[in-house]
Amino acid sequence: MIESSLKDIAAALRDKKVSAVELATESLSRIEAGNARINAFVTIDRDGALAAAKAADERLAAGTAGPLTGIPLAHKDVFCTEGVLTTCGSKMLSNFVSPYDAHVVSLLKAAGAVMVGKTNMDEFAMGSSNENSHFGPTRNPWNTDKVPGGSSGGSAAAVAARMVPIATGTDTGGSIRQPASLCGITGIKPTYGRVSRYGMIAYASSLDQGGAFGYSAEDCALLLSAMAGHDPRDSTSLEQGAEDFGRDLAKPLAGLRVGLPKEFFAEGMSDDVRAAVDAAIAEYRNLGATTVEVSLPNARLAIPAYYVIAPAEASSNLSRFDGVRYGHRAADYGDLNDMYCKSRAEGFGGEVKRRILVGTYVLSHGYYDAYYIKAQKLRRLIANDFAAAFQLCDVIAGPVSPTVAFGIGEKSDDPVQMYLSDIYTIAVNLAGLPGLSHPAGFGAGGLPVGLQLIGNYFGEARLLNAAHQYQQHTDWHTRAPAGV
Amino acid sequence: MSRTDWEVVIGLEIHTQLNTQSKIFSGASTAFGAEPNAQACAVDIALPGVLPVLNKGAVERAIRFGLAIGATVAPKSIFARKNYFYPDLPKGYQISQYELPVVQGGQITLQVPDGKGGAYEKVVNLTRAHLEEDAGKSLHEDFHGMTGIDLNRAGTPLLEIVSEPDMRSSAEAVAYAKALHALVRWIDICDGNMQEGSFRCDANVSVRPRGQAEFGTRREIKNLNSFRFLQQAIDYEIQWQIDLIEDGGKVQQATVLFDADTGETRAMRSKEDAHDYRYFPDPDLLPLVISSEWIERVKGELPELPEALSARFQGEYGLSAYDATTLTASREVAQFYLDTVAAAGAANAKTCANWVMGELAGRLNKAELDIAASPVSAAQLAGLVQRIADNTISNAIAKKVFEALWNKEGESADAIIEAQGLKQVTDTGAIEAIIDEVLAANQKSVEEFRAGKEKAFNALVGQCMKASKGKANPAQVNELLKKKLG
Repeated sequence: MIESSLKDIAAALRDKKVSAVELATESLSRIEAGNARINAFVTIDRDGALAAAKAADERLAAGTAGPLTGIPLAHKDVFCTEGVLTTCGSKMLSNFVSPYDAHVVSLLKAAGAVMVGKTNMDEFAMGSSNENSHFGPTRNPWNTDKVPGGSSGGSAAAVAARMVPIATGTDTGGSIRQPASLCGITGIKPTYGRVSRYGMIAYASSLDQGGAFGYSAEDCALLLSAMAGHDPRDSTSLEQGAEDFGRDLAKPLAGLRVGLPKEFFAEGMSDDVRAAVDAAIAEYRNLGATTVEVSLPNARLAIPAYYVIAPAEASSNLSRFDGVRYGHRAADYGDLNDMYCKSRAEGFGGEVKRRILVGTYVLSHGYYDAYYIKAQKLRRLIANDFAAAFQLCDVIAGPVSPTVAFGIGEKSDDPVQMYLSDIYTIAVNLAGLPGLSHPAGFGAGGLPVGLQLIGNYFGEARLLNAAHQYQQHTDWHTRAPAGV
Repeated sequence: MSRTDWEVVIGLEIHTQLNTQSKIFSGASTAFGAEPNAQACAVDIALPGVLPVLNKGAVERAIRFGLAIGATVAPKSIFARKNYFYPDLPKGYQISQYELPVVQGGQITLQVPDGKGGAYEKVVNLTRAHLEEDAGKSLHEDFHGMTGIDLNRAGTPLLEIVSEPDMRSSAEAVAYAKALHALVRWIDICDGNMQEGSFRCDANVSVRPRGQAEFGTRREIKNLNSFRFLQQAIDYEIQWQIDLIEDGGKVQQATVLFDADTGETRAMRSKEDAHDYRYFPDPDLLPLVISSEWIERVKGELPELPEALSARFQGEYGLSAYDATTLTASREVAQFYLDTVAAAGAANAKTCANWVMGELAGRLNKAELDIAASPVSAAQLAGLVQRIADNTISNAIAKKVFEALWNKEGESADAIIEAQGLKQVTDTGAIEAIIDEVLAANQKSVEEFRAGKEKAFNALVGQCMKASKGKANPAQVNELLKKKLG
């Protein structure tokens, strides 16, 4: 049942063909069977899941169930969960049990979704391969020698391996869209401010945004609708209340103007990815959309701008992990400074340290203007490019990642090569726009390729509509890896 | 060789704790004195994932302050992160305002005592005032080889008020701090409790040869929590800097602490060890936007300010600048004075001022009471003043009546005068009878007076007053006595 669409699962629950406890049990056994191979989960919460499933069954019986009641789901381990370990993929928080639920977690709890566990991730969401986890790399269900992408790689792999039908993720520079693409599932990052960041452990506050993974756009619409909405505890949360992002799913695509940024198609994309992306765009034309060339001349500056702004914010956000109040504290230390140094040296992995160093440097006296202020100006230029492009089109289409999933260890010694794998996704975060990735075929080694759709601010319903219409006419999103 | 004439330059940074119910970025209580960490919520202890939400009450208080000093209330200001590690700073950064503070400019006019019983007027310009959160407390006592952290104070709202380097003596610095202390209580944004740390001063002090345009190198004295310490610390620091320079040394920029036990300042850290705070705009908070409607509403709710009231006291009641400043030192004193004048009549305003600042203030001070807790009410004091004005009692008797009011011996001055028979004797016949008695009993003094000894006259007046138990009208006694002896 887990491999079915949410609509079908919900119908089965409603029609008493399956119970929430049975669904949770199915999900848990799939995880317990597959996790040794995939390493998608850091924590499996069997007891919590079964208790939540039982409560969901009571709601179903009482007729007070919503569309997500009884649906098993996984949370990226960046979201705080009361009473359940929240590690953020780090040794620093390997012992941290949150005393409160993130806003997203409490919304989904209230909706009756059944959390089965917490998924693996790059430490503090810094990475594009899930190799930067204290708990070991997550493996791509399509080929376990390959990475699932990152930083929400555990959530993407869990859905791709049909362990859960939906999962939450966060996207700071592509961390939902890229793993969705590499794992052959659908993922959406909404407009910045749609999903409350309260209880979502911060990496780069001005870029971080929670979002949804599922098999299809339709499933993502259901999950995102339950996650979004104004939260007074997050000052950057948008005033807009919850909305039904699935309201336009059935809309035909005739008249949809799809912008193709010439810079995305110029170079850098591997041939297999290009072939799949071109075919997908052709399919959109078949469905009645028109395509138009647009230009994002400053998009090439997105990576340098991002690798100033994100580390700057991270260097400050991660200062609270000092070993004083919670988290890892070194066993032996001399004075206070020694405690800080040893606790943080032991608690953080290499990539996190690298970004803290870079961030500290760019904010330092004498460098601030040259780096941080300059990067903020680039950010404005990049947002202006998108604004100009959206004068000509309704959505922008392009690749998500330059290649299909790469090998575990392949780029881990070359951080810049790793950073470049986010070249198509990062600009979207800098502008705060919504972006989606959906399966669009397969490339080298039979590995999935995703297509990225970028919308204007608040354009989530339009993105999901486009992807859904595409998925009504293609079956890439129904393909599951062998052995699942 | 003549010694250099040194000019002192002082600027103050004053942290005022805003009297909001809850913290600046969380809902935890700000009440003083709770068990350690009992008032620290998830946001205050900086758990992973928590976010700040700005307390509007703190902003409103900043607006009140800005309006009270004639400053610009910035339509848009920015919260920034000041990054440094310390165990009582849970996030590893303090949320403050850096490049764009909420209050910009403004000035305060003060009366500085000139040391000769008078005072002169001084205008101090303000640079800015910005909102920020307080840190927690590190407790080094009671923990052997360890440090205790109390985060109750973490996140308490502060308004840091920064002056221009406009003050030229410790007396001016203290007068400025006192004026500010009075103002923040006046507009009800801070309780002003210095023992509890609600009002803390940092003083930037430098010296330069008089006439030199450039400032000397300054040292910053941190955390002075009484006006006396402020004065002592600045005076010590000035002398220390002058001695150093005159001995051929150079002042190094530094942060120093004042030791109240020794009365000395000593360097805490030099410029080289100064933190690079890596300020940048806090991405968790949107720019603080203050609409002109909001500012207008706050303006409408502001009480009459001490400067305006002081001017009114001088203009309408003919008080001296110094008296007017004294009577506007706090809203409670000013209100008591206004109530007294209202009951006694504006014609008696000067007498009212003398009594409020003199007998009443002295008595309250001795009893360590606030004017709000005064046993003598404004109406009672006004009744007393009226009886002085209409010659029912003399000043000397008035002091007795005041004492009786203080001790609750009667409901009003009139009741006490009546009950204790203190009414001034103005009946010429009665006074003449007393005089005759005194003259008969003091023939020696009469002869001395007639022999040209002026002092003997005063002794006779004294005897008459004594014989009347102080109730005889002194002017009448004088007049009638002269006539009799004439």
